[in-house]
Amino acid sequence: MAISAAEGVAFDPDAPWRLARSVALRPEPFGALVYSFSTRKLSFLKSKVLVDVVQALADHPSASAAVAACGVGEGQRATYVKALADLARSQMIEERTSVPPTTRTLAAGPCTEAE
Amino acid sequence: MTAVVPERPVGGRLIDQFEYGLDAPICLTWELTYACNLACVHCLSSSGRRDPRELSTAEAEAVIDELQRMQVFYVNVGGGEPTVRPDFWHLLDYAIGHQVGVKFSTNGVKLDRARAEQLAATDYVDVQISLDGATAEVNDRVRGAGSFATATRALENLAEAGMRDFKVSVVVTRENAGQLDAFKALTDRYGAQLRITRLRPSGRGADVWDQLHPTAAQQRELYDWLLANGEGVLTGDSFFHLSPFGEALPGLNLCGAGRVVCLIDPVGDVYACPFAIHENFLAGNVRDEGGFQRVWQQSALFAELRTPQTGGACTRCAHFDACRGGCMAAKFFTGLPLDGPDPECVQGYGETALAARDAALVTPRSHLDHSHAGPVRGQPTLLGMPGIPAKSCDESPLAGLDLRSGVR
Repeated sequence: MAISAAEGVAFDPDAPWRLARSVALRPEPFGALVYSFSTRKLSFLKSKVLVDVVQALADHPSASAAVAACGVGEGQRATYVKALADLARSQMIEERTSVPPTTRTLAAGPCTEAE
Repeated sequence: MTAVVPERPVGGRLIDQFEYGLDAPICLTWELTYACNLACVHCLSSSGRRDPRELSTAEAEAVIDELQRMQVFYVNVGGGEPTVRPDFWHLLDYAIGHQVGVKFSTNGVKLDRARAEQLAATDYVDVQISLDGATAEVNDRVRGAGSFATATRALENLAEAGMRDFKVSVVVTRENAGQLDAFKALTDRYGAQLRITRLRPSGRGADVWDQLHPTAAQQRELYDWLLANGEGVLTGDSFFHLSPFGEALPGLNLCGAGRVVCLIDPVGDVYACPFAIHENFLAGNVRDEGGFQRVWQQSALFAELRTPQTGGACTRCAHFDACRGGCMAAKFFTGLPLDGPDPECVQGYGETALAARDAALVTPRSHLDHSHAGPVRGQPTLLGMPGIPAKSCDESPLAGLDLRSGVR
């Protein structure tokens, strides 16, 4: 299922994603700031769980898998998918072209425990 | 802990989070020098002459190292005229090499073709050319004769070099408020982006604020213009005091002083905001133990600024949530209480407050003034031409001497 964004950038939650290479992420008490050095745009990740999801993207075969691995319940899933779609539209996250890793459990890290 | 420190709320709006401050500034202004080739009448930092205590190249590099550690994504570099510092281009490269992007403001004096090409080839650099009139006539009255030509030559060089997304930075005044469309057209002509900001009564701006700040009618026109053109025009956090006209404008609708912004001045002093160069808003110095990070995270002044306002006349106003009482610096330098209305409050409370000031009130002045002591080539004409005595002895040798400076 692809969610089409306003500017034609489609976000496919079943595809593999990562924080864009030109984007820096800075943790803050409320979540994080993300800044794109290519678009010069600043965005905000408004919860620590969303920060965990974004940081976990690169380690999962799909965005959906990253969301699930961070302990986001079914009722909250749509909210997180929409947030990721917004980040894709503003080029803060980008689709990975590398072969996605098979689903695996991270030995340690922010998403090994449900928040 | 005995002090009552308000707890940061969990979740909610970002603006409420920003009130409590961040681990590092979002947007940091760094003025590299007080030296400037111009003598703009409204200079927010009263620049002109270099300060002998200016940070050395090594000290400036150490600040950049620290900003990298704190993940300050970019700095707004200004002055003075930053490009007159001989190590400016080195520091620019140094910052970019350390993942600190640079946006710098210049009057264009050093942006010849070669520099324009160098900038066009460099990632992570943004350039803002200051222009305060869409015509030479309007611009040069406040920025000085020839400054329009210098700025537009720099714009041409940048456009020819293929530089993208450079900015034309305009301070809105009573004299140029009618030129917004012309500024947009001029900016479009160079393939640049327009950035407009608010005139503050800071630095020499205090001397001309009464004469140059937009009228109430112009503020309304400005608001309407921003609503119509806001998406393509940058404003930073300049115009949140206009939000009570109706819908909130794009940008940060909050005073960010000490919360999400601050200033590092040429000698390393850290102030709450670029418009607040005054001892009351001085939080520390990057040369102090612990450096900039300690000032940002632990200074008593910044802790105080990160406490949400709960009292004062404005908190009882229906529009408080829209404008948050306006600009701290604008209030301070016009002698108004910081918890009261902005002098340009669009509900008219500012004018009332200004009129109610004690007649004997002396408005606060900065302890710093680096203005050129003598005449400057192409001096702005807004304040009238300086009187030139027919013979040097027609005037007392003590005329113009500021006797107060001797007893400081």
